[in-house]
Amino acid sequence: MGRVSVKNISRIFTKKEENSGTEALRNVSFDVEDGEFICLLGPSGCGKTTLLRIIAGLETQTSGEITLNEVPIIGPDPKRGMVFQQYSLLPWRTVIDNVTFGLEMQGINKAEARKRVERYIDLVGLEQFKNSYPYELSGGMQQRAAIARALANEPEVLLMDEPFGALDAQTRNILQDELLKIWEQKHVTFIFVTHSVDEAVVLSDRIVVMTARPGRIKEIVEVDLPRPRSRTSPEVNRLRDRVLKLLEEERFHR
Amino acid sequence: MSFIKKVEENGIEVLSLVVAVTIWQIVADKVVHNKFLLPSFYDVISSFFTIVKSGLLFTDILTSLLHFLIGIVAAFVIGIPLGIAMGWFKKTNRAIDPIIEILRPIPPLAWIPFAIVWFGLTHQAAGFVIFIGMIFPIIINTYTGFKNVPKVYVEAAKVLGCTRNIDLIRFIAIPSAMPSIVSGIRVAMGVGWMCLVAAEMFGVSDRGLGYQIWHNYYLHRMDVVLVYMLLLGFVGLLIDRFFRHYVDAKLLRWTAGTVV
Repeated sequence: MGRVSVKNISRIFTKKEENSGTEALRNVSFDVEDGEFICLLGPSGCGKTTLLRIIAGLETQTSGEITLNEVPIIGPDPKRGMVFQQYSLLPWRTVIDNVTFGLEMQGINKAEARKRVERYIDLVGLEQFKNSYPYELSGGMQQRAAIARALANEPEVLLMDEPFGALDAQTRNILQDELLKIWEQKHVTFIFVTHSVDEAVVLSDRIVVMTARPGRIKEIVEVDLPRPRSRTSPEVNRLRDRVLKLLEEERFHR
Repeated sequence: MSFIKKVEENGIEVLSLVVAVTIWQIVADKVVHNKFLLPSFYDVISSFFTIVKSGLLFTDILTSLLHFLIGIVAAFVIGIPLGIAMGWFKKTNRAIDPIIEILRPIPPLAWIPFAIVWFGLTHQAAGFVIFIGMIFPIIINTYTGFKNVPKVYVEAAKVLGCTRNIDLIRFIAIPSAMPSIVSGIRVAMGVGWMCLVAAEMFGVSDRGLGYQIWHNYYLHRMDVVLVYMLLLGFVGLLIDRFFRHYVDAKLLRWTAGTVV
């Protein structure tokens, strides 16, 4: 079960020297249903990554509350997995040892953990590379391994911070399709931060469109299209158009 | 067979050594003509075999290695935890850094009188001087390595359930800082080896490779002095090679892809 509820979240960054702070988020509220695929979309600097990091427990809010299954979030927890934009595999561990890391932290011994994560490595298609070190992998493969690592903990929510941002367009499309397959197989809630309208439209059930700084919710767009979605169908294009217009308004407001 | 092949492959290197030794022998034997000023290659080799036969050589090497071992173990046991504490906890750094900054510029050899007063003419006294020489590079590189642990590894570990400081240090910071720690150790070993010679020379010990250099100088046996000088070089080289081989194969295999 992975119901996430974001209630009146605000975040102000203050610098020591100054009294005034930067308001990153203002009164953001929305609910994410169990098993839903949500995209957070907005202009750069709108606080979408900050919001995701607060949900992950890596950052704290100035006010408001976020709950997972009615339990308030106070810090990082393996129930909320995260895939980072930067390559975050531990470079001194092989792929399989990266994927077993979470299980090892739960006190499961290495041999047992290796057995258990085998299927996650298969799921992301890295069987051949499980004994490779991260430096031996391409960017796309590293992010696949990072997804497997997050899934191996069997989280209720998977948080993704522009995980495909550093990849080339083709690899990106392939990984989006693979991610959807994984999401369909696993019963996990996905919260996915992106600045790409295309990505949001192809992937999500709902798109949370945010305003320019301070980040507020501009509109929550339902994506009521059957999957697999064609990237170029008229419906997809119409929706993309609508979301793009929402973002363009933000540009003029600044 | 393989020896001949190796010689063939490294022809230039071998030739260069042979020429250097030949020039040395000729200059010493035909030009300088004075065993005290410049012993010849032949003198050195024959003295070497005399020392080997007397059995003194191995006692001296083992004594020096013992001194080195005392110094390196002490520097590890104290330096690495200290560097870790300073790199991970800001307040510890603020508390310890001023003390280190005051002690660090003191040349290790300046500690020799206190080494003798505190430990007497023991192996520990020599080990202490070596320890002083080794500890600062180890502390500072461990600290730097810990300071520079990429934030994303720490955060990735946290969301995977690794949240206690002790676990973050053990599973994230130490492996991440390992290249820096290792290069600190390598620097420290060089400094330590120099301190070893000086400590043994200046009366902290009555045996060892460094001691023998000074002792034989008093006896005006410059050929033996040269034997011990060369031995110090070779043993130092061996230690460094052994360490590098072990470290690169075991500890730092994952850095093969990074540019150092």
